[in-house]
Amino acid sequence: MNHAAASAPSSPALEPDAGPVVALRGVSIAFDGPPVLKDITFSVAPAETRIVLGPAGVGKSVLLKLILGLLRPQNGNVLLFGEDISRMSEEKLFPLRSRAGMVFQEGALFDSLTVRDNVAYRLIQEHVPDEDTDSRVREALSFVGLEETFGLYPPSLSGGMKRRVAIARALIHHPELILYDSPTGGLDPVTSTTIIELIVKQRDVHAAPALLVTHRLQDAFTLCNHRFDAEQNRMVPLPAGQTNPNTTFLMLDEGRLIFDGSLDELLHSQTSFVREFLE
Amino acid sequence: MAFIAIDRTAKQIVLTVQEYSLFAGRAFLNLFRPPIYWTDFLIQSDIIGFGSLPIVILSGFFTGGVLALQSSATLSAFGAAAVTGQFVSLTMVRELGAVLTGIMVSGRNASSIASELGSMVVTEQIDAMRALGVDPMRKLVTPRIFACIAMLLFLTIVADAFGIAGGAAVTVFLNHQDGTQYFHMAYEHLHYPDIIQGLVKPLFFGYLLGSIGCFYGMRTTGGTEGVGRATISAVVNSSVLIIAVDFLITHVLLAIFA
Repeated sequence: MNHAAASAPSSPALEPDAGPVVALRGVSIAFDGPPVLKDITFSVAPAETRIVLGPAGVGKSVLLKLILGLLRPQNGNVLLFGEDISRMSEEKLFPLRSRAGMVFQEGALFDSLTVRDNVAYRLIQEHVPDEDTDSRVREALSFVGLEETFGLYPPSLSGGMKRRVAIARALIHHPELILYDSPTGGLDPVTSTTIIELIVKQRDVHAAPALLVTHRLQDAFTLCNHRFDAEQNRMVPLPAGQTNPNTTFLMLDEGRLIFDGSLDELLHSQTSFVREFLE
Repeated sequence: MAFIAIDRTAKQIVLTVQEYSLFAGRAFLNLFRPPIYWTDFLIQSDIIGFGSLPIVILSGFFTGGVLALQSSATLSAFGAAAVTGQFVSLTMVRELGAVLTGIMVSGRNASSIASELGSMVVTEQIDAMRALGVDPMRKLVTPRIFACIAMLLFLTIVADAFGIAGGAAVTVFLNHQDGTQYFHMAYEHLHYPDIIQGLVKPLFFGYLLGSIGCFYGMRTTGGTEGVGRATISAVVNSSVLIIAVDFLITHVLLAIFA
């Protein structure tokens, strides 16, 4: 992978010696019909953020579920934290999954639980004392700017707030990998920017590897062209010509991986579908 | 063409039976393996048990009343109206109390379990739970099945009691017969094998309606329309299976106690 674009000085560096956090090798999956994903091979390095682009229905969400073992591939291998989970039993998968965090497309919050209980779901299962739980929930909600929703139920939240609560739930235990499934899908531009800012903040503050699925190019480019300024407590654009070196792209078309590379490589790709998608 | 359709349907039925057997078997084993979510069990027991109390009381009471009306009319022809109490109590305790409760609770709770879990599946809440490191089989399915089994046992006892009371009300106030005689006959001819028959059945019925409700809920596909289909399948299949299994259990128990 040739990171031709200049890198931002404040961005965390990749750890070249560490093995990939996620690796897919020749993965294929089908559901009662033609394959949804065919022979997918790529990896996610520590501290790397990979943006999965592609039109709707191309298998992007399926890809994330495969990585977390929520779906099993028919062919190929999925390695999560160095362990092959392709044929691993559900019980053995739970400890591995608990090291990752996932933000689902519509938030997937539990309607019958309060925001506090949703965000603290994992902590409650681990029998963490209530006081510790409350303080960690408030900290996570503060990260997404939603402290006031502590006692509310999800149905009373807007779509954007639900996504932010879902991000808080995914981040509360400081995961070693974060999967975002179309976190800005169906949201207005202002709320989308708020969500992207949170993702940039998570990337630059905690340097946790992430996979983000989206079909919105604007969100993808914002992630690449911005960094989080801790002093100003907001996202700021990188100097002209600079991009985040740890943020790279994958593109899917008709179930196949047709692009794997940096923003610069994406912009200069001659693949007809990539050109069409970018235009 | 027709042969292909029949072949496909038959395979689908066999596959469903196989999947249900695996699902029900795993859920059954989870009843005895930690972690057991006791809080969820208590919440479900309240919803299934206490929530079903009014319909079980009403259906039991009026069924007992109808039994007394019908049996009294027939028995009077033979000068045996005095055994109405025996007829009502034996019918309720051995058979109708358990079956009626099973079907009523199935209509109320198999449907609600299937629709609740189905909604959770289509909104990715089940996937989210798995992603959060919690097994939905243990957290959602096992407490519901456990609660169905435990509560159906108690609800059947309530239905039996109110069925006998309904028969007594009809006997005394409509048929103008002696209430003491009714209760004496009801009690005198009720033996332990009858009670055991009546209390073994709800254990099976509870397991059936709980596991079928959970099974159809957890395999929901196709959005909100799929939730509707899952709910219908859960109610229809659990009701029919309760009656079919009742026949088998009765056959076995009669052979044992004979």
